[in-house]
Amino acid sequence: MITLASVTKSFGTNNVLRGVDLTIASGKSMVIIGGSGTGKSVLLKCILGLVEHDAGTIALDGQDVRRAERDAFLARFGMLFQGGALFDSLRVWENVAFRLMRGTTKRPKAEAREIAVEKLRRVGLGSQVADLYPGELSGGMQKRVGLARAIAAEPEIIFFDEPTTGLDPIMAGVINDLIREIVVEMGATAMTITHDMSSVRAIADDVAMLHEGTIKWTGPVSQMDSCADPYVQQFIHGRANGPINAIR
Amino acid sequence: MSPALGLRAVGRPTLAALAAIGRVVLFAAATLGHLLRPPFYWRELGTQILQIGWFSLPVVGLTALFTGGALALQIYSGGARFNAEAVVPSIVAIGMVRELGPVLGGLMVAARVASSIAAELGTMKVTEQIDALTTLSTNPMKYLVVPRVLAATLTVPVLVGVGDAIGIMGGWLVGVTRLDFNSVTYLKNTVDFLEVWDVGSGLVKGAAFGFIVALMGCYHGMNSGRGAQGVGKATKSAVVAASVLILAANYMLTELFFTS
Repeated sequence: MITLASVTKSFGTNNVLRGVDLTIASGKSMVIIGGSGTGKSVLLKCILGLVEHDAGTIALDGQDVRRAERDAFLARFGMLFQGGALFDSLRVWENVAFRLMRGTTKRPKAEAREIAVEKLRRVGLGSQVADLYPGELSGGMQKRVGLARAIAAEPEIIFFDEPTTGLDPIMAGVINDLIREIVVEMGATAMTITHDMSSVRAIADDVAMLHEGTIKWTGPVSQMDSCADPYVQQFIHGRANGPINAIR
Repeated sequence: MSPALGLRAVGRPTLAALAAIGRVVLFAAATLGHLLRPPFYWRELGTQILQIGWFSLPVVGLTALFTGGALALQIYSGGARFNAEAVVPSIVAIGMVRELGPVLGGLMVAARVASSIAAELGTMKVTEQIDALTTLSTNPMKYLVVPRVLAATLTVPVLVGVGDAIGIMGGWLVGVTRLDFNSVTYLKNTVDFLEVWDVGSGLVKGAAFGFIVALMGCYHGMNSGRGAQGVGKATKSAVVAASVLILAANYMLTELFFTS
């Protein structure tokens, strides 16, 4: 379980997170929604320790993430980055098997490649893709490779940062379905940040609405459409008028 | 202008400069710290030795060749004013191995390598590849910075050594073909006047310049701003900082080696 209590983060005078309280239950898929620039990615990076939060507590299974042994902590996570963040200089299979060829999970090269090819197959990519470089792939294929890399070491927790941004609706649907299938299949805890409502409905067990640095509403996805929160209603219906300023 | 405003005008940039120096020193200290502690990425080191060392050979070699030739012409023409044309081989050799070989080699590597490292790491930062490395339990300092700094520190002295030889050869070529020197006499004078420390000091300078070049490339790349403009600025800053630091370090090392 991931617990955030009164988490704040500022960049200079810009107070991005102003006291975030949120709980993500084990084995559940939490989707954080909110407009652009509301701090969704910063929140995710704070949990991973990529950005250090200023105040408040972030705990994983009751342990403060700042006090956790870094390698062991990160070994529990997989992450799909918004742009894929694949390493240009490495082949596709080397990207997928990156964690498997280093550190405590190090395996022989042949075994790591075999696992990488299997994970690529799991996300719908054939073995012929394994020896290509990321630059030779389409955006959708890069997202799939990123997904394969995120699940390669079978992490307990997977983060998805805007998984469908830049994809056409069909490919976005494919990625959403893949994420849902994989999360259920692995029994992993998932946290996704997005402003794509089709992703929310496809991926989420629970939803949290982040706005102006705080969580405005959280609850099961089944209650999202009927909730009375004006921020959620404006956001999910894409209305220009409401408590969220259209021009920020 | 009031004294307070004047003080502020001087104080702000001074503080900013001191803060920047502090950040670079901390980055260098962190790099050296990671250099001594495992894990070590040998494959990355090998790749960087190839990229920084081997692929810089043509540009360093050509620079040295033309510099050695021009130096021979200059010394011959200057020496002719007081009948000292005979010193061309020894001055070319000493000038190349002590100063021009390391400095021009270092500057050429700075132009080629510092820019390339800063652009590569800056792009990696902008596209979240450095964050991705961290989430994959790989320390970016160990995986990206240490191999580049170590490779440059090891290979630039070799490049300087090769550049020295080619530069002396450039001087010899001009001396024999254009200035009517006897080939054997030219080479004998070169060898007779060169001392081991002349060459050694140049190689030490090369190691220092290699360290500076890679450190500046890595520092500016890892701290690149967002977007194409951020990467462009990081690349420019890396080359400028590396070039200026090479010239400053060259003066200090020359002072240290040859004036005591």
